Amino acid sequence: MSHKETKLTQNPLEKIWIPSLSSKLYQRRGSSVPQFTNSPTMIVMVGLPARGKTYISKKLTRYLNWIGVPTKVFNVGQYRRDATQSYKSYKFFRPDNQEAMKIRKDCANAALKDVCVYFNQEQGQVAVFDATNTTTERREVILTFAKENGYKVFFIESLCDDPEIIAENIKQVKLSSPDYEGYDAEDAVTDFLKRIDCYKMTYVPLDDDNDRSLSYIKIFNVGSRYLVNRVQDHIQSRIVYYLMNIHVTPRSIYLTRHGESELNLVGRIGGDSGLSPRGNKFASALSGYMRSQCIRDLKVWTSHMKRTIQTAEAVGVPYEQWKALNEIDAGVCEEMTYEEIQGRYPEEFALRDQNKYRYRYPKGESYEDLVQRLEPVIMELERQENVLVVCHQAVMRCLLAYFLDKSAAELPYLKCPLHTVLKLTPIAYGCRVESIFLNIEAVNTHRDKPVNVDVDRAPREALLTVPDHT
Amino acid sequence: MRDHLLAVRSEKAPCQTTIAEAIMSSREVGPSNSASPRELTQNPLKKIWMPLPCKNGLPEKHISQRKVCMTNCPTLIVTVGLPARGKTYISKKLTRYLNWIGVPTREFNVGQYRRECVKIYKSFEFFRPDNEEGLKIRQQCASAALNDVRQYLADEGGQVAVFDATNTTRERRQTITAFAEQNGFKVFFVESVCEDPVVIAENIVQVKLGSPDYMNCNTEEAMEDFKKRIECYENSYETLDEVWDRHLSYIKIIDVGRRYLVNQVQDHIQSRIVYYLMNIHITPRSIYLCRHGESDLNVKGCIGGDSGLSPRGREFAKYLGKFIESQDISDLKVWTSQMKRTIQTAEAVSVPYEQWKALNEIDAGVCEEMMYEEIQQHYPLEFALRDQDKYRYRYPKGESYEDLVQRLEPVIMELERQENVLVICHQAVMRCLLAYFLDKTAEELPYLKCPLHTVLKLTPVAYGCKVESIFLNVDAVNTHRDRPENVNIHRTTEDALQTVPAHL
Repeated sequence: MSHKETKLTQNPLEKIWIPSLSSKLYQRRGSSVPQFTNSPTMIVMVGLPARGKTYISKKLTRYLNWIGVPTKVFNVGQYRRDATQSYKSYKFFRPDNQEAMKIRKDCANAALKDVCVYFNQEQGQVAVFDATNTTTERREVILTFAKENGYKVFFIESLCDDPEIIAENIKQVKLSSPDYEGYDAEDAVTDFLKRIDCYKMTYVPLDDDNDRSLSYIKIFNVGSRYLVNRVQDHIQSRIVYYLMNIHVTPRSIYLTRHGESELNLVGRIGGDSGLSPRGNKFASALSGYMRSQCIRDLKVWTSHMKRTIQTAEAVGVPYEQWKALNEIDAGVCEEMTYEEIQGRYPEEFALRDQNKYRYRYPKGESYEDLVQRLEPVIMELERQENVLVVCHQAVMRCLLAYFLDKSAAELPYLKCPLHTVLKLTPIAYGCRVESIFLNIEAVNTHRDKPVNVDVDRAPREALLTVPDHT
Repeated sequence: MRDHLLAVRSEKAPCQTTIAEAIMSSREVGPSNSASPRELTQNPLKKIWMPLPCKNGLPEKHISQRKVCMTNCPTLIVTVGLPARGKTYISKKLTRYLNWIGVPTREFNVGQYRRECVKIYKSFEFFRPDNEEGLKIRQQCASAALNDVRQYLADEGGQVAVFDATNTTRERRQTITAFAEQNGFKVFFVESVCEDPVVIAENIVQVKLGSPDYMNCNTEEAMEDFKKRIECYENSYETLDEVWDRHLSYIKIIDVGRRYLVNQVQDHIQSRIVYYLMNIHITPRSIYLCRHGESDLNVKGCIGGDSGLSPRGREFAKYLGKFIESQDISDLKVWTSQMKRTIQTAEAVSVPYEQWKALNEIDAGVCEEMMYEEIQQHYPLEFALRDQDKYRYRYPKGESYEDLVQRLEPVIMELERQENVLVICHQAVMRCLLAYFLDKTAEELPYLKCPLHTVLKLTPVAYGCKVESIFLNVDAVNTHRDRPENVNIHRTTEDALQTVPAHL
């Protein structure tokens, strides 16, 4: 065995120890959690129209990207809309419409081609193939394709026979589809129902016997029951867990930071200080606002830090403290001003501006670490209904990025000012955001990325975007 | 006191307290109005901020900490299945997991009650459906067990009870559901269905032949009798049905995890249980736990930090590599933390490794890189508090063992999914992982012995875990500090430092 002692060096951005010589042993880029996918995975949706396939596809994709698994949706309906002229009627989907059949097949194949490109050339790890895939034949094509390319396949089938749910689906997402532009609402519904009928004739659900060797989850009636078959690996297990925790019950999530703190006032980051007088005023205002929302069964969550707890105390509802909601740990920079950080650690300060998402404070954390830490919070938020989360700037940015599907590059610069509540309400395929400033002044704590991020920049250039403080 | 009532009330009532009601009741209670919010004080042990008023000078504990048990009502988990389908294996494993993550759980094995009642097991005839006396005794045992369940959940602070019996008839399950309803417990069924004769035979060999029931039988006789015992249940077995039981909450595990059917998951704890059950497997494998090699800070007697290996530590790494090679393990995964000393150790093993931040050593906050003598000098109160409750004690600006367990839960979950794994970690971390595998309590956990340069090989066997301890013959400092006799905050320095191990 070779015993040249491999020296380790610490990557200055993420503070990860890696061997200096290119050790064959250390393959992956360091991050907080090992990446568990080896082969790329294709997630294949199955189900009649209006069963929530696209809803699931988009939501799952958003979740996987947020936890750091590069994922993309390939919606075959979109390919069809791009390929054909404007949609005329359900007749396009009749099983005896040969010309349409050819177009639809070509679209599916085009989408599969793009999946290949995504995996081979764009470092994708998961592709979500969003189409009805309601026949054994079509699924066979996909399985063959995947096998040829060395991709794993996991099916997600959504079954629902509740007419109310289907009607609600159609209302929420179909009526506003480009397909039905110019249609009268009632006509659109009628046409869409006939469209569903076209598929029903040839629909073969995943079968417990014939498909026993496939990996899949069947979701019945929006989650009252699940059938899970042959989970192959970690990522499939995480996907199953996620799917089993999401729901479609209407609700709102309120995100806010603690009231202005003593350290905020003097421009210092981190620490565990109490609220300033204005911060206390905000806490009362928050209480008034939440009351005015008249929410039944509101849950309130805070971090373990004094300033969020003080804020929640004023709301007057029992609250739960989560350590996972604590602000990002700035390590050696805790309780410093930006000016002091620039003075003491100019290189660190520059590295942070170069890649704010992956940058880890010495003896502290990175935004990337934060996301891993917050994953159980997100999972529980998915399970819950009405929740008010009182947290911190970096934490709120991470949570917001999840709900609004922001990239790792955008996340650390999302604007989350003090004394402002963000009310998030899921609608259709996304999230409506209302921003409510509770009219109590506070310092600005948002520092934009300066123009010059070079380690040799002048202090003045580094401090250009630091917000005012006492 | 009243705040405690506020929290308690919203637990017992059907969870429909409106925010208005909650504010009304808190207004009745205290001066917590918006103009003057309550003052906060930080609990010295756990560093948790809590509001005053205090009682007896101690802060009230009414704000719920984010523990895992998110249920308001206690939960009764009920196993279902023919004999030799893994019900007891699942019960014990699930109980161990839930206790480890901080949910007080206990299993109630009805077969155990039967053995205490009927001192000597004669034969399968006891289980014949037409054996009236046998039926009567078995019914009594089930009732006695349910009584104990009630006591555990209602009076002893238990959060989850696992009712381990065959429960193969709808009638029996009805009785249990009614009992749970009467007492305000939620019910979650775990059914194990398996028709693979190889799996069943292996079950019987692993756990039945060694059962007290078959103490005086030879293997063949025991096998025969047990098979006939299974037959007694088969005729009256009513599996959980998709239609008839659609309002029940359950998971049906088919063929040891090839397939799962999950119905009506009600809450967080049931969701976690389902996730756990879907990740465990019974494929034979071994888990190797060890610490990094001796580090430079170890030698000085300092805790924490991010130092490299000492010369002896590097020696250990070499021997670890040789040891792993000699074990001839197929497809070994190696995990390290993100601290230099574990990575240096892994480099010598010559197998690709993965770094987990979650495996980092406990964060000692302001005490990082101090010797125990220095901690006693600068923070004597903290040092004493830690000795008083080492599991819950959180270093100022640092972590507690309790925090560590939460941090390590994803590691445990992935360990369950994996097969052969070598985990190179740290003292406190290794104690937490070991406590999970060996079912140690929160009191024992922080004092488990995990010396340097020693590999623990864990192999699941029957209902538990076989442990082999392999010292790789490279000397190292001792880093284990026992709990001293005097844990009083006013103790002398000498008393405090009595158990500190020797160092440079």
